[in-house]
Amino acid sequence: MTPRQRRITLVVGILAGVSLAGLLALNAFRENVMFFFDPSQVAAGEAPIEKRFRLGGMVRPGTVDRQAGSLDMSFVVTDFKHDVRVVYSGVVPDLFRENQGVVAHGRLGSNGVFVADEILAKHDENYMPPEVAKAIKEKHGGVMPVNPDIRNLPKTGT
Amino acid sequence: MNWTWFHRLGSPPHIYRIAGTLTPWFAWPAGLLIVAALYGGLVLAPPDYQQGEGFRILYVHAPSAWLAVMIYGVMASAAAVGLIWRMKVAHAVAASCAGVGAWFTAVSLVTGMLWGKPMWGTYWVWDPRLTAQLILFILYLGYMGLRAGIDDLGRADRASAVLAIVGVVNIPIIRYSVEWWNSIHQAPSVMKMDRPSMPLDMLAPLLMMLLGFTLYFAAILLVRLRAEILRRERTASWIREVLR
Repeated sequence: MTPRQRRITLVVGILAGVSLAGLLALNAFRENVMFFFDPSQVAAGEAPIEKRFRLGGMVRPGTVDRQAGSLDMSFVVTDFKHDVRVVYSGVVPDLFRENQGVVAHGRLGSNGVFVADEILAKHDENYMPPEVAKAIKEKHGGVMPVNPDIRNLPKTGT
Repeated sequence: MNWTWFHRLGSPPHIYRIAGTLTPWFAWPAGLLIVAALYGGLVLAPPDYQQGEGFRILYVHAPSAWLAVMIYGVMASAAAVGLIWRMKVAHAVAASCAGVGAWFTAVSLVTGMLWGKPMWGTYWVWDPRLTAQLILFILYLGYMGLRAGIDDLGRADRASAVLAIVGVVNIPIIRYSVEWWNSIHQAPSVMKMDRPSMPLDMLAPLLMMLLGFTLYFAAILLVRLRAEILRRERTASWIREVLR
């Protein structure tokens, strides 16, 4: 091997070694890297239900229940396979909406209700002007679908 | 095959001269594109249906984050070329990348935090995407610190090149963090196989900004590369010719 080939081997070797080490480390810490667990993972017993953890999913439409005169509220987090009811007392972020992503931090009670002390909104990757959003909502009976298709929409008069 | 062009790339006076000639060809389009994209993004583009006017921070946040990752790729590639072909100019390119990359990473982190508070409800969470981007920032700082800590130029070049190559492992982690794990960060809107999840009047200023930032990086890299070459070659006789 010429010195240059030896150096190429060294660079490739470093990359391969570090990638392998990274892969093993990330695999070992997978549960810790996971920012939240979805309702199916909770149902399958993968979530650490004896500790505090984050529950993430979509807010099921029609399940948001606010108590008049207080900050107490409850709603259902769903991944469209399993549901978990969440109770929370406090102010929710502006982007907290039905059919939008949400991440709740708290504990799962023995009655299967998740008691959250922190609610974060999760935004999806779709951006659109209000008129387009209105057109999509009208097309779907007044509700924003989970993955709106912004293609081939009728032009809105602006 | 004729390799003269490749060997001439290793010649500091040659690169110094070319870099000086090329700089305005990147700097002017960069300035014009960024001004036009700012007008398009902050004035012409419609507000988002959910985030309202706040979504406009995207026009600085997303291009900065892309540049942060792209510059790391340029830096690590240059470092590898310098290591394998013993090319001093390549090491100078890598050294010139680090500061710019660190700044773009810092801008992406700060704008992301400012956006995160009103939208997610928090400035910072230890989410895979956010953490990987913070590690990128620390890698840049570590690279610069390692260079600054070794007096011998050749040793500093080689040691920092190895660190830059080791850090490459973080790049796919940043890109795929939102797909491999549950993350609070949204999936890519533009950099994906499918069509962009954004109408054209929002997308056009974003792409212009990305191109503008890239050209800005190219221009600033050339300026910094010239300074780095001057510093390295300060005892060489051609410098006296150039600076006469």
